[in-house]
Amino acid sequence: MGDALVLHRLQFAFTIVYHYLFPQLTMGLALLVVIVKARGLRPGGEPWNDAARFWIRIFGINFAVGVVTGIPMEFQFGTNWAGFSRYAGSVVGQTLLMEGLFAFFLESSFLSLLVFGERRLSRVGHFLAAVALFLGSWLSGYFIIATNAFMQHPVGHVVGPDGMLRLADFRAFVLNPWALAQYAHNMMAAVVTASFVVAAAGAYYALMGRHGDAARIFLRVGVGAGLIAGVLVAATGDTQAKLVARHQPVALAAMEGHFESAPRAGLVLIGQPNVRERRLDNPVVIPWALSFLAFGTFHADVPGLDAFPERDWPDNIELLYYAFHIMAGLGTLMITLTLVAAFLALRGRLEGCRPMLWLLMLAFPFPYIANTAGWMTTELGRQPWLVYGLFRTAQGASPTVHSGTVLFTLLGFCGLYFVLGLLFFFLIGREIAHGPGPAHA
Amino acid sequence: MVPGRRMLEIWYAIAALLFAVYATMDGFDFGAGIVSPWVARSDTERRQVLAAIGPFWDGNEVWLLAAGGSLFVAFPRVLASGISGFYFAIFLVLWCLLGRGIAIEFRSHLPNPLWRAAWDFTFTVASTLLAVFFGAAFGNLLRGVPLDDAGWFSLPLFTDFSARAPVGILDWYTILTGLFALVALAAHGAVFLAWKTDGPVGERSVRAAWRLWVTVAVLWPVVTVASHLVNPSLFPGMGRRGLAALATAVAAAGIVTVFVRLRRGGSLLAFLGSGAFLLGILGATAASFFPVMLRATGGDALSLTAYTAGGDPAGLRVALTWFAVGLPLALIYQVVVFRLHRGPATAARDGEGY
Repeated sequence: MGDALVLHRLQFAFTIVYHYLFPQLTMGLALLVVIVKARGLRPGGEPWNDAARFWIRIFGINFAVGVVTGIPMEFQFGTNWAGFSRYAGSVVGQTLLMEGLFAFFLESSFLSLLVFGERRLSRVGHFLAAVALFLGSWLSGYFIIATNAFMQHPVGHVVGPDGMLRLADFRAFVLNPWALAQYAHNMMAAVVTASFVVAAAGAYYALMGRHGDAARIFLRVGVGAGLIAGVLVAATGDTQAKLVARHQPVALAAMEGHFESAPRAGLVLIGQPNVRERRLDNPVVIPWALSFLAFGTFHADVPGLDAFPERDWPDNIELLYYAFHIMAGLGTLMITLTLVAAFLALRGRLEGCRPMLWLLMLAFPFPYIANTAGWMTTELGRQPWLVYGLFRTAQGASPTVHSGTVLFTLLGFCGLYFVLGLLFFFLIGREIAHGPGPAHA
Repeated sequence: MVPGRRMLEIWYAIAALLFAVYATMDGFDFGAGIVSPWVARSDTERRQVLAAIGPFWDGNEVWLLAAGGSLFVAFPRVLASGISGFYFAIFLVLWCLLGRGIAIEFRSHLPNPLWRAAWDFTFTVASTLLAVFFGAAFGNLLRGVPLDDAGWFSLPLFTDFSARAPVGILDWYTILTGLFALVALAAHGAVFLAWKTDGPVGERSVRAAWRLWVTVAVLWPVVTVASHLVNPSLFPGMGRRGLAALATAVAAAGIVTVFVRLRRGGSLLAFLGSGAFLLGILGATAASFFPVMLRATGGDALSLTAYTAGGDPAGLRVALTWFAVGLPLALIYQVVVFRLHRGPATAARDGEGY
């Protein structure tokens, strides 16, 4: 057991997956809170203000966990990926420092005013605190996505005489087309998470016959925003997939379990990749669809894994394949669900349709799973590269840190995050049980 | 156009400034955590302490991310080598920051006394350990680390505690700097609470601050002499460097202000004096240490300096442009929050505050 690289990857994967469970809710919720509070500013907005207050408390707990699990992420670039930091720091350090300067100061300064400052501020002032949190968290999202986009599709850089990367074109780097597509996709997916959580709480209160006003608002906002954002996730996902087809064709082939190059390639719905035999077992395929989705024409030739040297294949094709299919499958399911719910809501029958309320109440884990699977698709598809086409993952790990040390910290994180998860569920459960209304002792 | 060497000097100053501001800002809420068991006895008093730092602690911590980010972009070799070399210590710091943040944010969600006692304990222990760790980290930088000729190193937590090779993260000198940081940040936090709280907490904070500052005044020369023993090249250049002399003067003026003002109780001016002392000693050290960033125990040729470990000056020129926009914004946000929370902090009703 001497392979530190695997442990470095496992630790980063575990801590980032865990961390991102919280920002995906707070980023989406920040937008919904701004919308609900804007409605609350108008005459007769009191029920909307009560609804916002409830979600701000949920936001506060999630934000706290997001902050404390986020700080280790920033430092693990240095602790575990020192080779990468040294190689690419001049470039990716730009967006990481910008995130701190432009986003984190904004968020952290106004957080306690949003969570505890309603009495201290005027109604408009408190609304502005919500806007500040929204701007801060969405800016933070952009800087992180831009950093990741550089690793996926490096632009705006040159290789210096010392072999390290340098920034050549700031605009090209910050406005990386990959970043724009990925950002739109990711932020809409975050809105879906928040919408499903809001709708689930609304469905729960409606089924329990409690907090009638709040339940109506939650269901309306959750289903409406969930449907719009869900459709946008699909549209932006298509844009991103076309970028992958153009710039990371080997990743696309692995995502699809597409082993042999072929024109008129089919889109795989279900099937198990058998990498040893180089085929897909038990495939259920829509003919020609992959060629069309990837390149816009049914006759396009989609290169399979056989078109690339094996050393450039993603190193976990099975997981990459499943991650992609789980994301796409759940995405389709969620659009269908919100579409039906929206249809019922428009006819005024959603609150009386108990089976639909049950579905909405139980569906909230889906966006979390889909978001996680989406990020796994992105990151596993990038392998074996750390910076695509330039720098391999194996080159990026810290040279002086050995496997016993990494395992120690990985196990430490497992224990800490387990306890943190228990505490989180406990506090969120209390908030849900208490429901919207005045603060409780 | 600013020449490349000058650009690296500017970023050395920015990085040093950001770390010093971090120590001063997060320092006061660490300090509040350290002295909290002594100045706050009842639950209401504890909540008064938390109300005093609650709106600020998270923003204060962002200075750490900004400081780390400045190293990342400007001196990637220093960041890569330094952070991976101190691997264990960094994770201990991260875990303490995690526990501490959760303690502050979760404590008042439940009225249960055991729940609150557990978080109070976490808050104080994590604050104490963090102060010691940061002080020890500072000691490690001054003493030096065993850099190899590729610019990497790895340090165990401890060896024989002797400050001579083979060194560990903890030896007599770095433990001394750790304790100095503990006392200095406790003193800083006590002065903050003396300013921001009234009633019994405010009075106890004034008394605690007085004792702690006397200890700081005694330890400061001791640590200075020890630093000279461990790193003889640090102080000789100090007199010739205007910035170092100026920063030392600021530190001295700060400590005098603290003693003069504390006699009449807590005040903003005493707190500013305390902040000036911390900024001054850190600034003076950075100015004397320049251009070294990671000092090698195996000889000066192996040290990483601002000139040898710097990133590409052209990229830093771009970064300086947006940094000049971002820093004032960050300061404006923090000033707005301090303005909105002016006046003595009072314990909030349950569910409405920390």
